[in-house]
Amino acid sequence: MTALRPDLQLIADLVPKGARVLDVGCGDGALLDYLVREKSVDGRGIELSDDGVRDCVARGLCVVQGDADGDLRDYRDDSFDFVILSKTLQAVKGPHLVLRELLRIGKRAIVTIPNFGQWRVRVSLLFGGRMPVTKKLAASWYETDNIHFCTILDILDLIADEGLELIEFVPHHSNGARLSMSPALANWAADQALFVLEKQTPTA
Amino acid sequence: MTNNPHTSLTVFENEPLILDSGQSISPIDIAYETYGTLNAARSNAVLICHALTGDQYVASSHPITGKPGWWTNIVGPGKIIDTDRYFVVCSNVLGSCMGTTGPASINPENGQPYGVDFPVITIRDMVRVQMALLDALGIDRLYAVIGGSMGGMQVLEWLATAPERLDRAVVIASSARHTAQNIAFHEVGRQAVMADPHWQGGAYLSGDARPEKGLSVARMTAHITYLSEAALTRKFGRNLQDRDDITFGFDADFQVESYLRHQGISFVDRFDANSYLYITRAMDYLDIAARHGGRLADAFAGAGHVKTCVLAFTSDWLYPPEENKRTVHALNAAGVPVSYAVIESDAGHDSFLLKSQQMEDVLAGFLSAPERAETAP
Repeated sequence: MTALRPDLQLIADLVPKGARVLDVGCGDGALLDYLVREKSVDGRGIELSDDGVRDCVARGLCVVQGDADGDLRDYRDDSFDFVILSKTLQAVKGPHLVLRELLRIGKRAIVTIPNFGQWRVRVSLLFGGRMPVTKKLAASWYETDNIHFCTILDILDLIADEGLELIEFVPHHSNGARLSMSPALANWAADQALFVLEKQTPTA
Repeated sequence: MTNNPHTSLTVFENEPLILDSGQSISPIDIAYETYGTLNAARSNAVLICHALTGDQYVASSHPITGKPGWWTNIVGPGKIIDTDRYFVVCSNVLGSCMGTTGPASINPENGQPYGVDFPVITIRDMVRVQMALLDALGIDRLYAVIGGSMGGMQVLEWLATAPERLDRAVVIASSARHTAQNIAFHEVGRQAVMADPHWQGGAYLSGDARPEKGLSVARMTAHITYLSEAALTRKFGRNLQDRDDITFGFDADFQVESYLRHQGISFVDRFDANSYLYITRAMDYLDIAARHGGRLADAFAGAGHVKTCVLAFTSDWLYPPEENKRTVHALNAAGVPVSYAVIESDAGHDSFLLKSQQMEDVLAGFLSAPERAETAP
């Protein structure tokens, strides 16, 4: 069994044993497989690609072919303890709507994003004058799946606008190394960031 | 191929089968085929449920048409439903005409064919007969129950009615209810049969003629619903049949007409018109949610342990992906461990009978996937 990709391991470490988990955009099922095996979660996945669905099914996972924009509405309120959206928010049609759905069907959401505010991206745009194509963002602007580029600060704004509670914020590099710094600095330094979100409980 | 000898057995001899309609039938013959060997633990049985006009010859040649089994690309030694590994059972459904009791069978009360005296049956009645077959074969639990189209409806009734006997279930291009459009097409087919003067109010078996014209038209209509516009265009377009120009008449000028006529004519050789009425009716009556206050999820409340896979085809407009997704949604809401894949295809509903690498990959992965922690005790 190969080790989990470091950024997925960061997510896995946040999920307690036996939780009910929905992984939206679960790819080949590596994370779900780990969670089911190591943490005995009741794991479900949503995946758009044929290959991903095939791989998940072959691992014995439960996966529904679909996407975040169209298929979350099929799930009942609070049917999961955790809903995971890993590096997918920037690729959906309505990120704010998807965020609301995540927290309707899950008690908590774990969202990770690639940070388009990172200094390499900024430098590339500043001096190159063209939309950055980097190792992590390998597609040209016209063919990238990432239709809503966003930075860490953008997501923090959205979380505030949506009235969501930020339980945990983990800026990190793609090798999994965590960065302990303010959001503004992390927005320069981090490749990626992880957010654990909850609906704000109305104060009585 | 280890196709065990053609077999048939009789059930409900002492106690009649009480049907959903409240009527009863006794006795019931079941014609079935088996492939492979039941293991000592009796844990490798796979039940395959056939579609409306299908039969038990899933992987062996049809005795009337001589054609190979209807799912030989999936079922056989070393294939995805591997008969070296699984004991495959496929039985002719109740109400059909390939050996299982149906309207063409002899009514023991008067020694005449049942005809329309045969009671109206449901998909769940078909499943009850399958259960009796498994009882007789000494199979308590199925490794998997698998079916496409009406076969998938039977699988859904298995999930709703006897989930404790299942480890896995595969529902392909199917639905838990018949929609208005589904019923409408079936009604056209039934009216075609009943409008044929040879139908004789259903009593044609005691005469010389069969309602062949009517049944043939029913089949032609139905066949269109199994295909897609893209498939028809690809196969036929506006091509003419053995002629250089249109004839300004009502011959089969177009290849598609000739094809449909052939489909209709060859169907009447192997299928009983009354069976067609009864089985289409059974499908129209299907509405699994209706027994559960309209909540389909409640029907699957006992199936939380059954690993389930639902497959749909992009070009299937008879039981389209949206309808299959409805089923998945309900299974999910019931806590059933369900997977759902949408298979790319332009061949319409019949895609499930055709070769598709994507379908084969998903099916193979699903059937041989390791037991997961969440399903372990």
